[in-house]
Amino acid sequence: MSNSDLTVEKLANAEYKYGFVSDVETEKIPKGLNEDVIRLISQKKNEPEWMLEWRLKAYRHWLTMKEPHWSNVKYGPIDYQDIIYYAAPKKKPKLNSIEEADPDLVKAFAKLGIPLEEQKRLAGVAVDAVFDSVSVATTFKEKLSELGIIFCSMSEALQNHSDLVKKYLGTVVPYTDNFFASLNSAVFSDGSFAYVPKGVRCPMELSTYFRINASETGQFERTLIVAEEGSYVSYLEGCTAPIRDTNQLHAAVVELVALDNAEIKYSTVQNWYPGDKDGKGGIYNFVTKRGACRGVNSKISWTQVETGSAITWKYPSCILQGDNSVGEFYSVAMTNNMQQADTGTKMIHIGKNTRSTIISKGISAGRSNNSYRGSVRITKKAENARNYSQCDSLLIGDKCGAHTFPYLEMNNPTAQVEHEATTSKIGADQIFYLNQRGISTEDAVRLIVNGYCKEVFKQLPMEFAVEATRLLSMSLEGSVG
Amino acid sequence: MLEIRNLYASVEEKEILKGIDLKVNAGEVHAIMGPNGSGKSTLANVLAGRPEYHVTKGEAIYEGKDLLAMAPEIRAREGVFLAFQYPVELPGVNNTTFLRTAMNEARKYKGQPEISAGQFLSMLKKKMQLVEMNDTLLSRSVNEGFSGGEKKRNEILQMAVLEPKLAILDETDSGLDIDALRIVANGVDKLRSKDNAIILVTHYQRLLNYIVPDFVHVLYNGRIVKSGGKDLALELEEKGYDWVKEKDETVSAV
Repeated sequence: MSNSDLTVEKLANAEYKYGFVSDVETEKIPKGLNEDVIRLISQKKNEPEWMLEWRLKAYRHWLTMKEPHWSNVKYGPIDYQDIIYYAAPKKKPKLNSIEEADPDLVKAFAKLGIPLEEQKRLAGVAVDAVFDSVSVATTFKEKLSELGIIFCSMSEALQNHSDLVKKYLGTVVPYTDNFFASLNSAVFSDGSFAYVPKGVRCPMELSTYFRINASETGQFERTLIVAEEGSYVSYLEGCTAPIRDTNQLHAAVVELVALDNAEIKYSTVQNWYPGDKDGKGGIYNFVTKRGACRGVNSKISWTQVETGSAITWKYPSCILQGDNSVGEFYSVAMTNNMQQADTGTKMIHIGKNTRSTIISKGISAGRSNNSYRGSVRITKKAENARNYSQCDSLLIGDKCGAHTFPYLEMNNPTAQVEHEATTSKIGADQIFYLNQRGISTEDAVRLIVNGYCKEVFKQLPMEFAVEATRLLSMSLEGSVG
Repeated sequence: MLEIRNLYASVEEKEILKGIDLKVNAGEVHAIMGPNGSGKSTLANVLAGRPEYHVTKGEAIYEGKDLLAMAPEIRAREGVFLAFQYPVELPGVNNTTFLRTAMNEARKYKGQPEISAGQFLSMLKKKMQLVEMNDTLLSRSVNEGFSGGEKKRNEILQMAVLEPKLAILDETDSGLDIDALRIVANGVDKLRSKDNAIILVTHYQRLLNYIVPDFVHVLYNGRIVKSGGKDLALELEEKGYDWVKEKDETVSAV
């Protein structure tokens, strides 16, 4: 047994750090899904009539659909009647004053490293905190509103900015889009809404922190970000959940709209509970994320660091409609133990001179399976479209799998498309080299993996790049082989 | 500083070292020479603790401690340094970060405080002059896209930064042109002191023009068959390795 194998043994029992349950009084509705449940959710949130109608249409459409199974992941049947579709902390916090929020909730977020109290807030980051089904706090709201930026929970947006929501909701991901998006459209309970007016450069990072706390609940949040002409916004989401031995469903939808000369940067650090080392429990992360570059010269950039979840199934995509628009996808997906990930992107080139870049770094360890699935579509009218894709897979140990499924559809001869793919293993000679310089095997693997992910990490806002590096290290524990 | 007694080692079941005895004191430079396949690199790697090499017999005492019982990273922190014959590339791992991490690991091990980024950089600038290395190599990934000569210089830079007690240079001269050889060899020579020792593994005498050894050992078929002063290297250069091979066979026959 080499010394690197010994490190595996030593680290194999590393624990998920965010696995605690907070003792917060919760209001839940009974399990199951039907039109009455949807009416109840809508009523609890005091939604406008159009919203309820839209939810019901989505639900009726969903009933006609079948759960898809084309991805390279395996899981048992999901009983959609055995899920609680709405859970909320009982004490209703006043949204404008965190100080009056339930102290247990504030404590729960503080434990996660997300300070909601005024004096401790991260400078330069506005946070919307979503606990189970509802948003509990949004920070820096007033400061943002001085610039005309709206950043609030989706529930609040439906109360105060209903017309804006109505104008854009479902225009990028329609309620008929796919099985999980339709389900989300019917039952989504909260999420974040951000609107950046014309010509405004949002001065701070907007961030949503999602936390699943209650058991047997699903989390279905909906996020909508609209960047008006010439505006810029950078948005980050983070996610964690307690350790439970049953699987929990997380089916979110994110829609981004970038108008002329606007830019949206969307970063995700996903660390849902991945299940234990034998694959028991964990979050099913089935998410639809899509951005529309509607305007000329618009740009949408997705950066994701996916280390959690039992199963990750998502493809943050860009519809490059506006001429000269740019779509980017930077991804690090790390799977360990029994985790499965099938993730990638879709770049749909419609406008002239549209460009897209895909950089995907998959890391598989343990007995996990990691697939990259990406599609680049150049439509007939997309003159001079360009795409560059690079998909790298890194294998740690010999029991894991890495797979690459690139799809390419070219309908315009002026397109230039490049695709590069590599698969590598961490070499014993690399580890020995670092060992010989006094660096332990565990740290050597961290250095090598971080080096491998560098291209993606440098896309993240600085505070979160540090977080991502730390998460990756945690996720690597017990993986060295 | 180092005493090797009757050391046997094998790689993939094949016995390469067949009873090495060697004593190295502080302040000494020992050159290990010998033909291809004689076990020179194996000896260097065994001392550094490369996992594929298995010691089957014998011992190596370093500063009064059992060297062979230590993990490779502990040997390094204790001051044993191997300049690799083929330095590996570490894509995405910044050269400066790597050097500072290595240095701090050794400092932590010795109970010293970590060196700050500022202090480290000013120290590094000085050390770089030793191997006439270009600043741009510091911001690049470790050895990635480096030329053969740059890789070897980077090894000696690491040696200069880590200040090992015992440095083992595994064919540091191979693949270098005359200018690069001069720079690298002079760099090493400047690192000589009465407190450290250097083991030079080499094929050729030319390196020894720059780094004049105190002892020269000829390794053949897994054993040291001849030891002498610096003149032995010249004699070898003149007579070739066949000379020692014949000698060895005579010894075996007896």
